[in-house]
Amino acid sequence: MSEERKLVIPGDLLGKGRAGHGTYEEDDNVFSRFVGLAEEKNGMYFVIPLSGIYDPKRGDGIIGKIQDVIFSKWIVEINSPYDAVLPLSEATEEFIDLTKTDLTKYFSYEDLIFAEVSSVTSNKNVQLSMKSRRCRKLKGGRLISVTPAKVPRIIGKGGSMVEMIKDLTGTQIVVGQNGLVWIRGDNYSIAAEAVTEIEKKSHLSGLTDQIRAMIEEKISKKGEHSGV
Amino acid sequence: MNIVEFKRIDGRKHDEFRPIEARVGVLQKADGSAYFRLGNTVAIAGVYGPRKVHPRHEEQLDRAILRTRYNMAPFATTERGRPGYSRRSIEISMVTRQAINPVIFLEEFPKTAIDVHIEVLQADASTRCVGINAACLALADAGIPMRDLVASCSAGKVNGNIILDIAGKEDTEGEVDLPVAYYPKKKHVTLLQMDGIVTREEAKEIVKLAVGGTKKIYEAQKSALRKKYEIEGEKNDIY
Repeated sequence: MSEERKLVIPGDLLGKGRAGHGTYEEDDNVFSRFVGLAEEKNGMYFVIPLSGIYDPKRGDGIIGKIQDVIFSKWIVEINSPYDAVLPLSEATEEFIDLTKTDLTKYFSYEDLIFAEVSSVTSNKNVQLSMKSRRCRKLKGGRLISVTPAKVPRIIGKGGSMVEMIKDLTGTQIVVGQNGLVWIRGDNYSIAAEAVTEIEKKSHLSGLTDQIRAMIEEKISKKGEHSGV
Repeated sequence: MNIVEFKRIDGRKHDEFRPIEARVGVLQKADGSAYFRLGNTVAIAGVYGPRKVHPRHEEQLDRAILRTRYNMAPFATTERGRPGYSRRSIEISMVTRQAINPVIFLEEFPKTAIDVHIEVLQADASTRCVGINAACLALADAGIPMRDLVASCSAGKVNGNIILDIAGKEDTEGEVDLPVAYYPKKKHVTLLQMDGIVTREEAKEIVKLAVGGTKKIYEAQKSALRKKYEIEGEKNDIY
């Protein structure tokens, strides 16, 4: 468990020091920008917001939907006010002759991909990359969306929460930093319920055990019905 | 001003507010929302965004645009109001935007729009103030980066007495109504309008009373925001 984190609202005084993410400095004092949880590390103040849209950052693993295919790139919707661009060179290693190839062969409209944000410029031009090993096309399955601020809770410490849901329900789950969760498998609805439950109760401690109990109950009920 | 004992129509003291009620997160579909009540004046605000700008030509490359819409429900007043926008609602939408604008970090989200919708459900004077109060809470609830909250209330002159938080007949039959919005951290007045005629000294007195009054509104806003998230997070430990 982490050290104490204080609930702050916009304009709350955090102290004297340096202003980190989610804060601003005025007359040597650091104030909060968000409704969030405040933290201090070596004289630097941070506020983790509790709500808000997804603001893309370099290195984030996100789930996107192909919105458009242009000559040598894809435009990807990433659950944010900004659309991302996936250039051909970042999408595949192989040589592609653009005069002969239809790019929809790789990714077509409405396809889902898991990609990494490779760069974000100051005026929010977002570029994606598929070069990392964890990046892939997501075939089938269903998508649900949650508040981006609550993604860390769904993943859990070192992925413990999402691994548990996967194990118990036998589904495949991919969680994007942008608040989209992709689930595929027979127990889709149970897994989806578990994810929304985590989002609702994200503030409670001991949530992993609660969710485990919930899933186990749901699965045994389902078994009874199909068994009869 | 010499303070003489006098009774207001609803029995309040000269510097007393009507009951204040503030709630955050009242709408399901909005990114942020809030309810604010001052006596019989009730407003709900919903915030959407930052989101893509439509129509595209309104987009600003270096910052978000803030769009506000103040609307009064037809059933908000004793006489049915004509639905839709009016000269009055367009003006109030604009002054609301200007009142809130200084506290938002608009440059944080270039090429986007932040939409604020304010619906007045019940009108009993000071609707623009209640609207601004609700809007600020909704913006904070939506996770939009802000420097501070803007608090707003009105003061005025009725029967020669200078009073805080004009309500009901005091508004329609009083001499002066002066709404104020205040940005406490910087001590800036971001909204100041006035109906009626007063002397310079009286005007100063009224402004002073109204600005002093915003302190109480500010406290109510802050505790409403805390309350939503404290109940939600008894322990506040994200793993």
